Parts: sequence; C-alpha cells; structure tokens
Amino acid sequence: MRPFTYERALDPVSAAARAAEVPGARFIAGGTNLIDLMKLEIETPDHLIDVNGTGLDEITVTEDGGLRIGALVSNTDLADHDVVRRDYPVLTRALVAGASGQLRNKATTGGNLLQRTRCPYFYDTAQPCNKRAQGSGCAALSPGAHSRQLGIIGVSDACIAQHPSDMAVALRVLDAVVETMTPAGDIRLIPLKDFHCLPGSTPEKESVLMDGEIITAVYLPPPVGGKQAYHKVRDRASYAFALVSVALIRHPDGSGRVALGGVAPKPWAMDEADAELPNGAKAVMAKLLEGARPTEENAFKIRLAERTLAAMLAGE
Amino acid sequence: MPPATAPDMRSQMRQNDHSSDASARRKSPGQQSPAQAEGIASGEMTTVSLKVNGTEHTVTLDNRTTLLDALREKLQLTGPKKGCDHGQCGACTVSVNGKRINSCLSLAVMHEDDEVTTIEGIGTADDLDPMQQAFIDHDGFQCGYCTPGQICSAKAVLEEIRAGSPSHVTEDLTARIEVTEAEIRERMSGNICRCGAYANILAAITEVAEERA
Ligand SMILES: Cc1cc2nc3c(=O)[nH]c(=O)nc-3n(C[C@H](O)[C@H](O)[C@H](O)COP(=O)(O)OP(=O)(O)OC[C@H]3O[C@@H](n4cnc5c(N)ncnc54)[C@H](O)[C@@H]3O)c2cc1C
Ligand code: SF4
Ligand code: FES
Ligand code: FES
Repeated sequence: MRPFTYERALDPVSAAARAAEVPGARFIAGGTNLIDLMKLEIETPDHLIDVNGTGLDEITVTEDGGLRIGALVSNTDLADHDVVRRDYPVLTRALVAGASGQLRNKATTGGNLLQRTRCPYFYDTAQPCNKRAQGSGCAALSPGAHSRQLGIIGVSDACIAQHPSDMAVALRVLDAVVETMTPAGDIRLIPLKDFHCLPGSTPEKESVLMDGEIITAVYLPPPVGGKQAYHKVRDRASYAFALVSVALIRHPDGSGRVALGGVAPKPWAMDEADAELPNGAKAVMAKLLEGARPTEENAFKIRLAERTLAAMLAGE
Repeated sequence: MPPATAPDMRSQMRQNDHSSDASARRKSPGQQSPAQAEGIASGEMTTVSLKVNGTEHTVTLDNRTTLLDALREKLQLTGPKKGCDHGQCGACTVSVNGKRINSCLSLAVMHEDDEVTTIEGIGTADDLDPMQQAFIDHDGFQCGYCTPGQICSAKAVLEEIRAGSPSHVTEDLTARIEVTEAEIRERMSGNICRCGAYANILAAITEVAEERA
C-alpha cells in the first residue's frame, strides 16, 4: 500500500471542500472496497478523508412519506430498518444477498454505490485494463479470457465490466435519488438511473460525481406497494457476486417494474421493458436485453435472466 | 476461496513481481507543491486511542496499518488471524462496538474511541466461553487457524438472530426469526474453513443456541 495522510471530517460541507482542495484526496467510509484496492495499489490515494463522523448515518421518513437514507448508514442497518422491511422489502432482500455479515456491518450506502467492478483483470495489475490504466487495452476481451462474470449489455469495446452491487439494483427498481454536496456547498439530486456512467471510451469514469463531490443521502419515493422480490443467481448459495440478479415489483393488475444486476456497468432497467411485464419474462427480456453483446463465455446470462424472471413470475 | 476468481488470486500472489509496474503509475512528486509534499511526508502517522478487550491503548501508527495488523503486531493479540487479507475468509473477524467486522479491511486509525473484542477477550484457557467449549466438544476445528474468527462470528450470529436482523434465508421479514440450521449456515458464510470442519462448527453453534433458548 502507498503511504497517505489521513483526516477525519466532521460535516459533509468541509469534507467536500477538503476533497477538492487536497491533491489526491479520497473519501473513505466502510473501507471494504477502497482498502482492498489500496492493498493491491489499484487505488493510490495520497490523502484519505474519513467521513464516518459526518453525521450522515440516519434513516428518516421524509415529508412526502418516502425515506431519506444517510450515505453512512451501514448495509446491515439499512436491511434491518423496520420501514424498509415493511415497505421496501426488495431493498432488504438485495442487501442481505450481498457480501457477508461482517462486510455488511461496515459497508455503507454511499460506498456500496461507488464500489468498483470485480472484473478479474481489473484486479490483476499484470494485465492490460482500460479502466485501471487508460489506453492499456482490455484483457477481458482477449481470446480465451475469463469473462463469465462480466457484462453483456451497456458495455463497450473498451470495457465489459459489470457493476457488482446488489443494493443498487433494488434502489433502481425503487426509483431512488442520490443526494450529493459539491465542493462549492451546493446540493445536487441525481436520479439513480443517471448516477452511473456507461464505459464508452472512458471506462475509468464510473459515476457523474465531480471531483470532491460527496454523497450525502439516498432518497426513496413513498412506498409503491406491490409484491417485491430479489433473486440472485450465483456460483455458490451464499457469499458470491451475482451472475444475474433480478429485482421485481409486481402489482395485482400485472403491471410492475424490473431491474437486472450482474449484466451491465450499472443496474439495468427500462420503462419499455416494464410495460411488457403482463406479457411474461420472454417479452420483458426481449426489450431489456435488446442489443446485448455478450462474449462466448457469458452469453448464458441472457437465458439465465429470462428464466430467473420467469421463475419469479411463476412463483408468486 | 469465495469471491475471488482464479485470476484474481493469481494476481495477489504475483503482486511482488509487478511492483515496478505499479510505481510507474504513481503520481510524480512534481505534481505536488513542495509544501504539500512536506505535509504529506510528515503526516503519514496518526495516534489513535482505542479499547481492546477492556484495556485502553494509545498507539501511534503508520496510517496504512489495518486493525488486524495493529492488534497482532502492536498489541501482540495474535488470536485474530490473517487468512486472505482481503475480506474473503473471515479469519480476522473481531467485534467492534458490538458488531463483527473483518479487521483486515479496516484501518486502525479509523477506530478512535472504539471498543474492540478479540478472541482473547471472549475467554481464556482457564475460563472458556460456552462457544469455545462447544467448539471443543464438537470438534469444530482441525488446524484451528480459522477458529478465532469462527467463534467471534458465531457469537455475533446468535446475537443478530436474537436481535431480529433478517438474513438471506429468512422467509418472513416481519416475523420473529428462528434459529435454524439454514440461518446459521447462511450467516456463517463469511467464515471459510480450509479444513472443512463446517458440520461440526454448525453442531457447536446449534448447541450454544439451544442452551440459551
Ligand atoms: C469478499 C467480498 C464480497 C463482497 N460481496 C458483495 C456482494 O455479493 N454484493 C455486493 O453488492 N457487494 C459485495 N461486496 C462489496 C461491498 O458491498 C462493498 O465493498 C461496500 O458496499 C463498499 O462500501 P464501503 O462503505 O466499505 O466503501 P469504501 O470502501 O469506504 O468506499 C468505496 C468507494 O466509495 C467512495 N465513497 C464512500 N463513501 C462516499 C461518500 N459518502 N461520498 C462519495 N464517495 C464515497 C470511496 O472514496 C471509494 O471510492 C463484497 C466485498 C467483499 C470484500
Ligand atoms: S472489462 Fe473493463 S475492468 Fe475488465 S479488463 Fe476490460 S477494461 Fe478492465
Ligand atoms: S484475513 Fe481473510 S477476511 Fe480478513
Ligand atoms: S480448522 Fe483449519 S481452517 Fe478451519
């Protein structure tokens, strides 16, 4: 690990200001992704701003009946919260499907959204990777590469990495909005659907956050009801990243919403695909995965996604 | 190993061979003003006070020190083990302010005023915790390397079930959670045992859960 200086921020305003002011500064929350990557020198911050003391660890009911989730709320506390369990069960289900009990106790709402891909070549500093070293190439696209876990849609010639978060898939189906503070002290509201970037020719840019901008909270709109479920398909029954995951909200009239995890650089959803829900899983996936460009190794994800949704629709 | 894929693990073993690659990517000192560079050079240590197993400690550490390394190397508490050093095996599990965490993925300087409990704080050879006794009675280990982490996790798991925290296998998110084999297995999935003592670990935890009920 590279040496770095360290400070504790006491509020989001000064955290954002400091992050913009100190060269090479990064926020650290739970540390479960950043420290992992710092050990491998994939992340090399010169300065860490610890945001755990910024008071952003509360969950409150908003005036319109929705929920404001502080960026520092742990994945465990969010999954445990009574209102979330009762009114947004898809979120609890997604959270408890992720990582382990130990990791969820540390992982935060903001950090989870910004966790980086688990592409094996991103992790292997001996391999070319456009996301880690701009312009070096993409080892995952070389012949015989292991791309089983990686993305099938929204990907580019520069990068086919998937976003590994389970939580973000549930937030997407719930239409969450990310609240941030810029270094100038301005508050921004960013719909989750616009929060993550597709790789294009700049796979190193993963979100629309500007330098020094801090996530302060995530808003959920008032409860939408319906039956909610999250199905995660993985190589082991527990403690593994998703090959494919499906977040589903379904209303008695057959309408509803779907978001996919494990298949794209961001939680993958589309209004036109939701409109096909009354016509079944095949129809939904035909729209949602239209234009997919899988590798030979991960082409199975298309049928897997369809079958997972079909099983969920049949299991109700 | 769990979330690491095969190439992922290889990369960790090959790290040393490629350290020169990594330094090529390092920001050149010229990018910082001299004053800032100086500030950084003098500020790479931090003093932190924390309570470990009931005893206050104040230590000055390189900021890079993980909680695991601080416990093992600075405080000579070698109960928490380093298996993977990447949050994948659970051998380093300790309790911080009553919650279990992987101490390898946490910086010691981030634990100002925290209360840490390691296996040494759970029981001693003369005064075993019931969970430790149950692991012995049920042969819940072979080499024993994963055991301190398993026991720290196991104790937390029973607390978590009692507190009503749902897990991936909990069927009804709003009902009382029963201590079942499925619940224990799922909640213990962050603790890997290379010797495969899982069946006996499960028996040990189940016995303690039943004694408590
Ligand atoms: C072995 C293992 C298995 C895992 N399995 C899963 C899984 O199955 N599913 C899953 O979803 N996840 C999984 N994870 C990932 C885990 O969920 C993330 O590491 C965690 O959510 C990151 O949160 P954190 O608070 O620890 O982030 P950090 O490591 O503290 O930060 C991550 C990034 O976010 C930035 N950041 C943090 N907070 C803020 C903020 N408020 N504003 C702006 N930037 C911020 C940091 O600068 C950093 O770039 C796994 C991790 C491990 C190690
Ligand atoms: S898929 Fe993306 S993250 Fe993986 S090697 Fe290619 S560029 Fe890097
Ligand atoms: S040493 Fe393996 S999880 Fe910490
Ligand atoms: S007893 Fe050997 S690793 Fe678990």
